Amino acid sequence: MKISREQVEHIAELAKLALTDEELEIYADQLSAILDYVDELSQLDTSAIPPTASVLPLSNVLRPDEARPSLPTEVALANAPDAAENQFRVAAVLDEGQ
Amino acid sequence: MIDLTLSEALEKLNTGEISSVELTRAHLDRITRLDSQVKAYLTVTPDLALEQAAAADKRRAAGETAPLLGVPLAIKDVLCTEGVPTTCGSRILEGFVPPYTATAVQNLFDAGAVMLGKTNTDEFAMGSSTENSGYFTTHNPWDLERVPGGSSGGSAAAVAARMALGALGTDTGGSVRQPASLCGVVALKPSYGRVSRYGLIAFASSLDQVGVFGRTVEDAARLMNIIAGHDSRDSTSMPTPVPDYVAALNDGDLKGLRVGLPQEYFIEGIQPEVEAAVRAAVDKLAELGAEIVEISLPHTRYSLSVYYLVAPAEASANLARFDGVRYGPREDEGSMWATYKATRGRRFGPEVKRRIMLGTYALSTGYYDAYYLKAQKVRTLIKDDFEKAFEQVDVIAAPVSPTTAFKIGEKTDDPLQMYLSDVFTLSASLAGIPGLSVPCGFDTAGLPIGLQLFGPAFEEGRVLRVGHLYQQATDWHTRRPPLG
Repeated sequence: MKISREQVEHIAELAKLALTDEELEIYADQLSAILDYVDELSQLDTSAIPPTASVLPLSNVLRPDEARPSLPTEVALANAPDAAENQFRVAAVLDEGQ
Repeated sequence: MIDLTLSEALEKLNTGEISSVELTRAHLDRITRLDSQVKAYLTVTPDLALEQAAAADKRRAAGETAPLLGVPLAIKDVLCTEGVPTTCGSRILEGFVPPYTATAVQNLFDAGAVMLGKTNTDEFAMGSSTENSGYFTTHNPWDLERVPGGSSGGSAAAVAARMALGALGTDTGGSVRQPASLCGVVALKPSYGRVSRYGLIAFASSLDQVGVFGRTVEDAARLMNIIAGHDSRDSTSMPTPVPDYVAALNDGDLKGLRVGLPQEYFIEGIQPEVEAAVRAAVDKLAELGAEIVEISLPHTRYSLSVYYLVAPAEASANLARFDGVRYGPREDEGSMWATYKATRGRRFGPEVKRRIMLGTYALSTGYYDAYYLKAQKVRTLIKDDFEKAFEQVDVIAAPVSPTTAFKIGEKTDDPLQMYLSDVFTLSASLAGIPGLSVPCGFDTAGLPIGLQLFGPAFEEGRVLRVGHLYQQATDWHTRRPPLG
């Protein structure tokens, strides 16, 4: 299956990755080759097979809803590239007027 | 002193023949002398190590005991260590200093272990050679022009080069077993759910598992005794009771043990010397009393395709958290979206971006059923193969890697060729069962070969026992790489 450069751009947009022109070309070829390879799975009839999302027989692991100590704010913020007023600081999400 | 195994060093520490400070210093000196060639460590922590060693000596002098008191170890740099940089081999976590310690590491510290440093890895554990590290490539101690395997190549090389007595790694599709094979050391990937992953920075959550390295199976068992078990902070860790893996090593001989030999693991393309060494190892097990049974795991050939859909899909979701907001450097481009994209585009390496792209595609509207869901269904078939096989046999023997260590740069241009070096380790990860890698010979170039042993889920003890009895009858694991 051939992945076009436009499709690669669309996937990169979904994945929030800024890619160079060269990367767009390389990934179009490499993703096409990998998808050609994995296409072998379509040979198998799996209509009656349930999917395995996890191998463990566990579901809904719960614990009592009790307050317990968590990281102090200054420790949680210590690795942030930008922090202010006990919060992570980011660029404006909405433009003015939106 | 650096030629002692972990178990031998522990005995000498306990009798007072050596101190932890001496043992730790010997390893730090060797790191100083050799690691400029091997490049196993991303960060060496000499001050912390000597502090922990002195504390261990003090505890022992006061009459205290602990299972790993004063033993110097290496930790793969994907496990969080409070106050010590943790990068996952990625530039996107450059300078990240975790505010807490992973449970597996904390358990080692509580058992008295000393940390020498953090070892190199392919970026976010994605790779089979350490060539995807954002920092540098680790070299194989047996031949410095060759890769050590990956992704836990730093841990494997450190143990092989006598720069640590043992190590932690992680295994998502073969990342402790394949480098152990290529470096001539022992590694165990435990069952999925056996070891807590709290503080392990996630790659593929339905597959990731913390594993152990040692120069002997007994050493690996000692580490497993400490890290295995339930953790309330990891909802995917199982409450299954943990046996004493060291005691279980000598729990009987191999008489009557049924060893399965799957025909699908001896395929065209395997290096003839690897096949010969693995078959000779199986003959040795037969000589020790095991019964060899030819078996079939018919869906083995699909494991590569299943893995390269499931793992990238899960990775694309897990790695969404790296956006330059809470940790790691930020590539500021003004607006929020441009900053996210620039940070991720520039700071993730080529393989990580390739897998995020592949995973994003496999999960995207219109393709989910054809790729991700299909892969999960075939995963069921692979898991069922093992369940049926274990009705006939007690363990399964196979090669770890189709070839011995390849040259640095040999496979970097062709991702599919690189992925094929994991072809024998992927299915055990998909099935969630334990896999052990044990040295079983050398090729004519003097490069190590590994035997892989699989057991049913949560039967690590059985697999370790078979590996241990094999090592009692062979001496491959006593050979030392031609270094310094």
